[in-house]
Amino acid sequence: MEITVTVNGRSHRLDVSPNTLLVDILREQLRLTGTHVGCDTSQCGACTVHLNGDAVKSCTVLAGQADGASVVTIEGIGAVDDLHPMQAAFREHHALQCGFCTPGMIMAAIDLVEKSDHLDDAAVREGLEGNICRCTGYHNIVNAVLSVAEAKA
Amino acid sequence: MYPFNYHKPSSVDEAVSLFLDAEDPAYLSGGMTLIPTMKQRLAMPTDLVDLSGVQAMRGIERQDQKLVLGAFTRHAEVARSEVVAQAIPALAHLAGLIGDNQVRYRGTIGGSVANSDPAADYPAAVVALGAEVVTNKRTISSADYFQDLFETALEPGEMIVRIELPIPRRAAYRKFPNPASRYAVVGVMVAQFDNGVQVGVTGAGPCAFRASTLEAALAADLRPEALAGVDIPDAGFNADLHASAEYRAHLVGVMARRAVADLLAS
Repeated sequence: MEITVTVNGRSHRLDVSPNTLLVDILREQLRLTGTHVGCDTSQCGACTVHLNGDAVKSCTVLAGQADGASVVTIEGIGAVDDLHPMQAAFREHHALQCGFCTPGMIMAAIDLVEKSDHLDDAAVREGLEGNICRCTGYHNIVNAVLSVAEAKA
Repeated sequence: MYPFNYHKPSSVDEAVSLFLDAEDPAYLSGGMTLIPTMKQRLAMPTDLVDLSGVQAMRGIERQDQKLVLGAFTRHAEVARSEVVAQAIPALAHLAGLIGDNQVRYRGTIGGSVANSDPAADYPAAVVALGAEVVTNKRTISSADYFQDLFETALEPGEMIVRIELPIPRRAAYRKFPNPASRYAVVGVMVAQFDNGVQVGVTGAGPCAFRASTLEAALAADLRPEALAGVDIPDAGFNADLHASAEYRAHLVGVMARRAVADLLAS
């Protein structure tokens, strides 16, 4: 079947089979490998992208469900010489160890800060419940997210 | 994932007709349970009928003393809705406790109620509020709707179009979440109406149910203390590595007392 999906501002018409997952479209067809597959069971959040403005786990979205949608991935939010404020905060606060969960953490954190009026330590931890860091490096991740939230306030 | 056929109808009638024409179909709502289940091949439908294009299943509306939620209303929409916050704040609170942020952007109330997972949150509200489940062919009372583990009154091909929830005077929901999955080990909603108190329990039994012993105690005295020593029979309760039946029965009392305290403070 054919679908149309806008990824990071560019429209793509793609031939996919119904059992194709959004994350496979991103990684395999569009070669946007910044979005990671951690668990493939919608628990770890490494595959988090923005789908029509909401953070979702792209391993649990079918191609047909993404038809007509607008998707933003980690590649779409900033560049090496022009980091998104959340990327800059993760660097500043050393909010990563192995880095595998980082793309999903950043996409989830951007959504959380954008849609929350007030965030404190507990609210950030609760807001990132859908993202698992297997290095258990949560402390600095929370600090990075809080610094962006405070800059916004 | 194994191959299957995919359909995206734009009306309820078209969805039902596609379902009835397929070999072994399933309706796809938010997909937060169905897609992981299919990956593990615990379910292997030949055809998915995606309901995301059916406008008649959308929307949040207050109609007099009822809150009407389209079946495709996502958890995040309920959690953040001003209409829900005004009508039944406990329901917005409940929706905000389901899964995690990413799951709440996708999962829907219709999908949750149709699946009737024993540990899902919404069924507690559906029974506690005495909601009506409106399908493509009839209206089912919550008292008749939940039947057993993952079993409801829905017939093959029948689909939920909307859920109508009576608005209580006050209500509160408390759950003891599994720390990993956030599913309810036990969840209790207590709702106070002009003509009585209703208590809905999820997580404890094979499906959501009204706790009559707790309701009787609270009808006489709407305070947490009134539940001290009330018998909660654990016959038929779920038992797994997370909690024994006896522990779940204990949690029903604890969550109910906390919900009553929240209700009185609201």
